[in-house]
Amino acid sequence: MSRHVVARVDEIAPGSCKIVTVKGREIGVFHVNDEFFAIINRCPHQGAQLCRGVLVSRLESPAPGEYKLTRQGEMLRCPWHCWEFDIRTGQSWCDPSSVQARTYAVEVEPGAVLAKGPFEAETVPVAVEHDYVVLTV
Amino acid sequence: MAEAVQALSGDFIDCDVHLNVPSTRTLLPYLDDYWREHLIRRGIEGESHDLSAYPQNAPLNCRPDWRPTQGLPASKFEHLRDHVLNPFQPRFVICNVLHGSQIMFSEDLSAAMCKAVNNWVVAEWLDRDPRLRASIVVPVHSPDLAVAEIERRASDRRFVQVLMFSLTELPLGRRQHWPIYDAAQRHGLPIGIHAGSSFRHPPSALGWPSYYIEDYVSQAPGFAATVNSLVTEGVFVKFPRLKVVLIESGVTWLPAYLWRINKTWRGVRAETPWLDRSPSEIIRDHVRLTIQPFDDPPEQSQTQTIIDEIGSDEMLLFSTDYPHWHFEGTDAIPAGLPKTLLPKVLLDNALATYQRLN
Amino acid sequence: MNVAVLDRKPEAVSRTHMGFIDCDVHPFYKSPAEFDEFLSARWREHRRTIGGRVRQGLAKSSNYPRMSPGNGQRMDSWPPDGTHPGSDLPFLQKQLLDLFDVAYGLLAPLVGGAAGERNVEFGSAMATAVNEWQLARWSDPDPRLKAAVQINIEHQSAAIAEIEKRAGDRRFCQVQIPPRGLEPLGRRRYWPILEACAANGFPVSLHLGGTSGHPSTGGGWPSFYHEEHPSYAQSMQTLVVSLVCEGVFEHIPNLHVVLVEGGFAWAPALCWRLDKAWKRLHAEVPFLRQKPSDYVRQNIWFTTQPIEEPERSQDMLSTIQWIGPERIMFSTDYPHWDQDDPRFAFKVPLPDEWRRKIYHENARALYDFD
Repeated sequence: MSRHVVARVDEIAPGSCKIVTVKGREIGVFHVNDEFFAIINRCPHQGAQLCRGVLVSRLESPAPGEYKLTRQGEMLRCPWHCWEFDIRTGQSWCDPSSVQARTYAVEVEPGAVLAKGPFEAETVPVAVEHDYVVLTV
Repeated sequence: MAEAVQALSGDFIDCDVHLNVPSTRTLLPYLDDYWREHLIRRGIEGESHDLSAYPQNAPLNCRPDWRPTQGLPASKFEHLRDHVLNPFQPRFVICNVLHGSQIMFSEDLSAAMCKAVNNWVVAEWLDRDPRLRASIVVPVHSPDLAVAEIERRASDRRFVQVLMFSLTELPLGRRQHWPIYDAAQRHGLPIGIHAGSSFRHPPSALGWPSYYIEDYVSQAPGFAATVNSLVTEGVFVKFPRLKVVLIESGVTWLPAYLWRINKTWRGVRAETPWLDRSPSEIIRDHVRLTIQPFDDPPEQSQTQTIIDEIGSDEMLLFSTDYPHWHFEGTDAIPAGLPKTLLPKVLLDNALATYQRLN
Repeated sequence: MNVAVLDRKPEAVSRTHMGFIDCDVHPFYKSPAEFDEFLSARWREHRRTIGGRVRQGLAKSSNYPRMSPGNGQRMDSWPPDGTHPGSDLPFLQKQLLDLFDVAYGLLAPLVGGAAGERNVEFGSAMATAVNEWQLARWSDPDPRLKAAVQINIEHQSAAIAEIEKRAGDRRFCQVQIPPRGLEPLGRRRYWPILEACAANGFPVSLHLGGTSGHPSTGGGWPSFYHEEHPSYAQSMQTLVVSLVCEGVFEHIPNLHVVLVEGGFAWAPALCWRLDKAWKRLHAEVPFLRQKPSDYVRQNIWFTTQPIEEPERSQDMLSTIQWIGPERIMFSTDYPHWDQDDPRFAFKVPLPDEWRRKIYHENARALYDFD
């Protein structure tokens, strides 16, 4: 496992995503509710680019006809067949125990700390005055 | 070769046997005074209430050796005794009446006639033989009046089920039907959904076919739509103890339907978020099927595949579907049905589904 | 729930799909005014004022709203200029035709409202317009795209005239008829149109969509799209029952029909049920000289999408085996939400011979493209 600087924090607006390629894998980095998450850009169903989907809320219902919105913006919906995945854990909504999309550890690090290494930053230059999103892959 | 029932087991329950009301006049003594006079003054007692879903003389609807020389098949106790009770020796037989009274447009008339049918079933059948049980016949288009009839019959524990038709005016899962499911759940009664239509609509989205064979075959996709409605509308979420029995549905249609509805659910679940587990899980818990007709594949190995695909040994309930013609002699068990499944199919699943049989 | 999903690192995908024939592609318009150049002044004015009228309450939207914008499009298929998915040829080429080196893409336009239009003269005019539009915007610029002859089956003479007009034009590969019409398609009143299709060498493509005005199920109107979507498979079954039992294939033995977007796993059990019922009820339909499943195996083809997803993925094999691998043809349904990717649609390895048939040979044999 290695650590990779993939973006400056202010590059990814809230509710949006940057797709990066690390160690040959496409990974989507999402900024959701003041946190960052990383999930593989590949739906386990038919291989769609999962991260080109949309962030939606987790819909709950205690009984037919009753509708509750929870965890706003924390479910990633595949652009093809609309399967939904928890952005935190990668678990699918329809079968959380056996259908998942791989997630990756994400940290925010100040440039000053990063400058001490070790990290890989193939495409993102690190400056001490900014904060960065770091993936462990 | 289909297996003869007695060769395998002496003890079983027949979950679908039909009784035919001999004529509308038969119901006269069983009506309230008001409705008796009403039917007479309008000549309704002289009208037929046969269902177009079941032409009486169609070959499928009566096995030749079960057809009496006079009158309707399965319309007298002696018919049932000679054709089912004696040759098969069942522990219990669940009697289903399919009659025009259930589908009349006038709701009050429908309710009055259904009450008369149930009275007739009690007097001329249930009282006659302790092995007989029955489904409560209700006006299928009137949930409130149906509930009244259920409440009226619930204390007679020989009524073990509420009978509905698969295809009526609204899909059976719609909320307008929920008072019926509430009453059934309270009284521990499964809902028996029988093949057939009140033909408030054509049998499919394509419109009206020409031939009876088309109507009949279309019942299988019709059941898929019906089950889909019950599951999707959340009937089993709202009524977690409710069981539903699909009667005379055909059985082998089920696996492909389960695959399709699960696939839809994975992508469309957001529309109906109360479905918090897959439809096939819900169906395996709440839905049962009688085994005749079975719509067998040509090869027995394929029957085994279908059984494996159904994925539960608790779903199938033995039935003869007397007097409909699905098998010869007493060979009522589909060829290729695994022998290990028989104790459940013949007895245990019925006892688990119909609490009142215990 | 046993859901077959991709391995984390899928093995090298077989390339058999490359160059496949896509039996269901949906073109769209950037603006409905694209049809105007193919309409007379009268019909342009009619389209502007009265507009399309179909047998439902909402004038312009589906009875059952879909789950993604654009009435159920794949969320990543919106062209760069923001117009409707399927409306931009270069983008369609990029996402589908060039990506997979598609040999032929069979168009199934669901635009113009010709088939369900209650004003049958307007419907027929729109059918002609959509046919010209397919040629001008799609098949002529990219000959890999084959057009489907649009007709309104409630206007028999106009429908037959349109079929005859397109006969011999190899840019058209089939006639498109929606299964949900006023009456089941096997009924006698539609035979002259079906005869014209067969006589002019056109298979009939039966692609579901819209409404006939009859409830989506025999038990009434469902509430939810969750029910409407699977009801398409139910409608396909009753369509097979109609075509077979009404004697269409006995009357027109060289009529070939393709069931598009209705699935296929239901076909074996339906055939078993048909054969069994026919054993008892054959006197009602004495003109059927073979058992029903024989007609299914001779005259009917199925496209794959939306691909069936058995709980045990190997059950796909026995299902295909029973129907016959020569009867099944691959389709994507691009750009709809439930479209299939040819690389990953099948979750079980298919025998090479089946792959070749399903992705290439069956469609070539049926359609006689070149």
